[in-house]
Amino acid sequence: MVDPRIQVRNLSIAYGNRRVLEDVTLDVHANEILGIIGPANSGKTSFLNAINRMDKMRPDMRITGSILINGIDTRAWRNLYALRRRIGVVFPLPVGLPLTVYDNVALAPRLAGTAGSREDLDERVERCLRRAALWDEVKDRLHHLGSLLSGGQQQRLTIARALSQSPEILMLDEFSIAVDPVTTMRIEEALKTLKTEMTIILVTNLVQQAHRLADRTAFFLNGALVEVGVTEPMFHGQTRDPRTSDYIEGKFG
Amino acid sequence: MFEATSVNHHNDRVQKQVKILFGIMLALLIIPMVVIVATLLIKGSPIVNLSFIFEDPKDGMTAGGIFPALLGTIWLVAVSLLASVPLGVAAAIYLSEYAPDNLLTRLIHLATINLAGVPSIVHALFGVGAFVVFFRFGTSILAASLTLAIMTLPVVIVSSWEALQSVPRSFREACWNMGATRWQTIWHVVLPNAITGILTGVILQVSRAAGETAPIMFTGAAMFLPFLPNSVFDQTMALALHLFVVATQVPNVPESLPFGVALVLVGIVLLMNSVAIWIRLRLRRKKKW
Repeated sequence: MVDPRIQVRNLSIAYGNRRVLEDVTLDVHANEILGIIGPANSGKTSFLNAINRMDKMRPDMRITGSILINGIDTRAWRNLYALRRRIGVVFPLPVGLPLTVYDNVALAPRLAGTAGSREDLDERVERCLRRAALWDEVKDRLHHLGSLLSGGQQQRLTIARALSQSPEILMLDEFSIAVDPVTTMRIEEALKTLKTEMTIILVTNLVQQAHRLADRTAFFLNGALVEVGVTEPMFHGQTRDPRTSDYIEGKFG
Repeated sequence: MFEATSVNHHNDRVQKQVKILFGIMLALLIIPMVVIVATLLIKGSPIVNLSFIFEDPKDGMTAGGIFPALLGTIWLVAVSLLASVPLGVAAAIYLSEYAPDNLLTRLIHLATINLAGVPSIVHALFGVGAFVVFFRFGTSILAASLTLAIMTLPVVIVSSWEALQSVPRSFREACWNMGATRWQTIWHVVLPNAITGILTGVILQVSRAAGETAPIMFTGAAMFLPFLPNSVFDQTMALALHLFVVATQVPNVPESLPFGVALVLVGIVLLMNSVAIWIRLRLRRKKKW
């Protein structure tokens, strides 16, 4: 029994007159990892921005079509801030806000007014850092600047921050671009655990990462969704469109 | 294989000539500054002591101290800051964080930069028309301070805008994506990281406000007053104007007096700049990215 957590219907995105995504229709199921692969400029990041309704923050971004989360159209959400609090986002380059490690994780709950007592917040910060596989490395310097951590640690800090509001959906945009292979593996292990609690959308430039992690994989090309399907068969040549297998085999892109 | 060619020799020669030429230019710049400060120190320092700073002028301003003028300058600068900083920073925040990037906002930005180049006498005349006459503040600290504020506003806006723009866009997007409002993002993330740049702009304007004579001459500063100002509706003396007066308008002033006044004025500006640098260093130690 599939439980569609996100339903995207005929989604098109444009910045000004530049169309970056055309007529995408796909579902994201609860507690799955949906991998999104495709070459640069294929509309992957814009797809994530649309789910988070970032068009409200960027005057030039226009969205048509509909996105339903838990069956409710995001255009009908009265409070988009509440919507965004239920979606955690991780960017390609770690965005270590110039705050302490602790404050980086505590920022979102504090802004949302859900920080609670000091003990609650301490516990929440520790839990998020543990789930992002960072706790052991930073537990002795929680009150040092987060932006002084190494790149790989900062990226895990970003993940801890994305988890700080116990999101239902976690979106990662090419998180391993600036991260060493060991850290990448640790984050991938963490994601496999997180999947039991939330729905994950993983945009990745590494085809093999999608293969390792994703239950289903979507292939974007030049602003269009070429196909979406269960990962294993797709990676064994059972694609509906020859371009997908070409891309997976590294023939272009 | 590693022998220098004639082109290498040529490049090397040019590089050395450029270095010497630019060094000479730097020296040419520094010499006048050193001469000014040295002259002020040599001719002014004998007269500057505690009683010079804390006493009233005497004998038709040919003797005594400068306290009313010093106090007046502090009044003028403080009130003008109270007006220009909140207004300027708020305008910069709107331009940088809220306004869409379109032709209108670019025109406003350009106009603001141009406004910064308007001669101070023009601001002075505007101040007379607007504050002294139209708002009926009379010639007062308030009118003079607001005139100074109008004069300094463009630079406060532009420097604050630049400081805000220097905060990486990714910080804002990270914040928006966690469900923060624009204002929360500005207050908790953008402003703390822009504050050093904003302060720099403000402090530079403090120095300018303290040194300008034209904008306050017709709007609130007096050559000589027998009393200290009690409120912003009083007139006041001011250091910059006092310097002009004792240097050119009063006969039989001992030579050291104008130099003493100038030394105090330069000293105040230097002091404020040092405070600004100190604050910047302290804030920067806490914020790194």
